[in-house]
Amino acid sequence: MFEFCADPASLEGASWLACYLTTGKHMNLYWSILTVLSLLLITAPTALLFGFAGASAARSTFMPVRWVGQVYVAIVRGVPDIAFFLFFVIALDQGFEYLRHQVFCPDWAEPIRQGNDFIVCKAAKLPLSTSPQWVHEVYGFMLAVITFAIVFGAFAANVLLGAMRAVPHAQLETAEAYGMHRRQVFWRILVPQMWLYALPGLSNLWVILIKATPLLFLLGVEDIVYWARELGGTKHARYTDYPHGDWRIWYFLGLLVFYLVFTHISERVLAKVNRRLSRGQATVGATP
Amino acid sequence: MKKLLLTAALMAATSPVLAGDVVRMGTEGAYPPYNFINDKGEVDGMERALGDELCRRAQLTCEWVTNDWDSIIPNLVSGNYDTIIAGMSATAERDQVIDFSEAYIPPEPSAYLAMDAGLDVTKAVIAAQTSTIQAAFVADKGWTLVEFATPEETIAAVRNGEADAVLADSSFLDSHANDGLQFLDRKESIGGGVAIGLRESDGDLRAKFDAAIKSMKADGSLNKLIVEWEVGSTW
Repeated sequence: MFEFCADPASLEGASWLACYLTTGKHMNLYWSILTVLSLLLITAPTALLFGFAGASAARSTFMPVRWVGQVYVAIVRGVPDIAFFLFFVIALDQGFEYLRHQVFCPDWAEPIRQGNDFIVCKAAKLPLSTSPQWVHEVYGFMLAVITFAIVFGAFAANVLLGAMRAVPHAQLETAEAYGMHRRQVFWRILVPQMWLYALPGLSNLWVILIKATPLLFLLGVEDIVYWARELGGTKHARYTDYPHGDWRIWYFLGLLVFYLVFTHISERVLAKVNRRLSRGQATVGATP
Repeated sequence: MKKLLLTAALMAATSPVLAGDVVRMGTEGAYPPYNFINDKGEVDGMERALGDELCRRAQLTCEWVTNDWDSIIPNLVSGNYDTIIAGMSATAERDQVIDFSEAYIPPEPSAYLAMDAGLDVTKAVIAAQTSTIQAAFVADKGWTLVEFATPEETIAAVRNGEADAVLADSSFLDSHANDGLQFLDRKESIGGGVAIGLRESDGDLRAKFDAAIKSMKADGSLNKLIVEWEVGSTW
């Protein structure tokens, strides 16, 4: 990056560090921070949407819909994250490819499952094997968002369900007494008030989501923990211009600081949101 | 990501030319000298040099991807990449799930690295990477085994006393034999040669790689690579 980095062996002290920290490999680390942050920013609202849909379904008066909601929450919450990330994602990917295969290659004669192999025609591959690497990475990222949203959506659904039940029943009855429909009661009385009750649970989920990003590497998306481990590992002069011993502890200390700062900022923001939501609510700790 | 944008820009400019098939080469990127990530953040090592040369000879366009060792076989069979070229020994167990090309590195005995040269491995705690032939070997013998997800962690475990010795390919251990870590005299002959892993249904690709490997063996260029990267004995 800098001109004086041309001969790393002659560097010392601060200039060595400056060159070391700006190698292409470190740039990957910095980019992975952005990847993780954008994943969080996209996943959180998506998961909330899944959660809201799940919770609404689970308390529906129409039995099949209620069952769908309850089964979604029960199954996803019951399966360990790592199993979900290993198997569900591959299944999701294969599901997409299977559908595309049916559309693009109707004349295909060979079976799709050949022993352990999953074979679809070239046009159905997702992404196409001719696509550049960044398309593959964006696709992996997208799968990650969907998987995270489904997993965290199930937890959020449970939180929201509890929050919906926590809204004083008398309020809903009063609304009905005023002649509101069920739907009006839901959207005008229940939903605006439930957030206050949901917030502690949701903020918990957010912090867990922040820390769950190392699961990304299972999907082939290289996250900060992967790069910290890779960069911190022992490097020998044969394989690098910047040899060093096992520095993982320093990289992980850096990660520790990063996550602490990040969760701290989150907590302050959430506290503000909480104050805003409590305004005018007759609950403990609320400001009038 | 920056690399991504750059490739995106390049691809936009040149995409009509690159209409041919791309073979995606899957590797781990954490096992020098076989494969590792260099300072530029690219895949490097003996297998990078070998893979690029094989692709040139087979007239294939190849692209490198890294994947966690643990899930490297499931991702191959589900089609996320087309080959595994990651210092993987051909074993009967793996052969049931995937196919192997002709070996490109001859079978090499695995070695132990320990703090104490007189260690009795049958009574010691042995560290090995998960899902490797070495881990399977130690488990098979009924010795005490601790498994780690990455090769780096197996070395660290011996250094900090969590394990007494690490069992791995000796060419990987070579660069770690310092600061008190030393090779034991005992070696274990396990596994076949190192080969490229392919899907069982990918016979054509396998034939192309087999032919390319044969031609590299014939003209001595494979031996040159093996010597240059010190990954084992020559053919």
